[in-house]
Amino acid sequence: MNEIGKILLFMVSCVLTNNYIFSRFLGCCPFLGVSNKVETAAGMGIAVTFVMAIASLFTKLLYDLVLVPLQLEYLNTISFIIVIASLVQLVEMFIKKTSPSLYRALGIYLPLITTNCAVLGVTILNINSGYNLFYSILNGTFGALGFLLAIVLMAGVRERLETSKVPQCLKGFSGSLIIAGLMAVAFMGFSGLGN
Amino acid sequence: MPKNKSLSSVFMNGIITENPTLRLVLGTCPTIASTTSAVNAVGMGAAATFVLVGSNVVISLLRNIIPDKVRIPAFIAVICTFVTIVQMLMQAFFDELYQSLGVFIPLIVVNCIILARAEAFASKNGVLASAVDGIGMGCGFTLAITVIAIIREIIGNGTVFGINIFGAGYEPMLLMILAPGGFLVFGGVLAISNLITERVKAKKKDEKGVIHA
Repeated sequence: MNEIGKILLFMVSCVLTNNYIFSRFLGCCPFLGVSNKVETAAGMGIAVTFVMAIASLFTKLLYDLVLVPLQLEYLNTISFIIVIASLVQLVEMFIKKTSPSLYRALGIYLPLITTNCAVLGVTILNINSGYNLFYSILNGTFGALGFLLAIVLMAGVRERLETSKVPQCLKGFSGSLIIAGLMAVAFMGFSGLGN
Repeated sequence: MPKNKSLSSVFMNGIITENPTLRLVLGTCPTIASTTSAVNAVGMGAAATFVLVGSNVVISLLRNIIPDKVRIPAFIAVICTFVTIVQMLMQAFFDELYQSLGVFIPLIVVNCIILARAEAFASKNGVLASAVDGIGMGCGFTLAITVIAIIREIIGNGTVFGINIFGAGYEPMLLMILAPGGFLVFGGVLAISNLITERVKAKKKDEKGVIHA
């Protein structure tokens, strides 16, 4: 029971308290770049969740089974980015083969994920925080769900803003950043939850 | 075409015309994460500049050898090597800075500015021009994030580079050092820079109009 409670708290803190965008600043580029429409934002978020969960599993295994025994820990960044890049490629081919409709929905976002710093960030944080394999996967999955939540909320706000009058200099990135700031204030209300 | 561009214009391009942070809005994550204090921002800027110059030079040297199809993985491998070097150097000589920047040092690998310059400039231009482009872009990035960091540090902590400027009576607005402040100040600075660019453009248009009339 105690263990289950701990796991549940960990999940909640990954999604809300330690939200990747609002409290760790990871994945801001896609968050600002692909949040014009709710639909595309949700597609991007789901693709990221997919890759982040698998990447957490594989990089953790790679680190524990290959890099540590060979004392090559300093190669973690370069090996993780290669793992992520090839995973993205594999996932893309797999989805294309098995589910063309899903591929049409996610296809264009998949290559972008390689340069999403949240994916590399989560794999490095897993190692630095000393999570075991189970917690690494949880961290990857629920961290990505937090990203999904944030990007969809942001897209909702931006869709509404499209029709309202905004000063020229606040159009685009600058306005989005200020909205993100206000959303981050709201997310700060969750702090203390789950820790 | 790149031949008739002088090196100084390549350098200024990175600082003003195509400032990576304020004009192209690339590399937003390190911009928000490392601007909690001016010292962090300068450290982050220096690390990114080193990687940018190193990777630009190497990629420019290899630009005729790397096959077009695998160029992105090849670029990432080069960038990664330099990031690992920076990581080790910082750990050895500036451990305090390394600890406070934390995960964002290895994350320079996926900083879009560096890959964008490799793709858009270094893979098409000579070594010297690429090196200058790296320095210019790096300085532009460093300047922009230092400005943001100074604003955040003054409001959020009452200090600049750790030196207290308001005296003991100042009640710091902690929000600016925390996550929301990063987004808000970056958004504000971006809006001001947009406003200035608009004004400059409008002025140029006016001058042209006068000549034509």
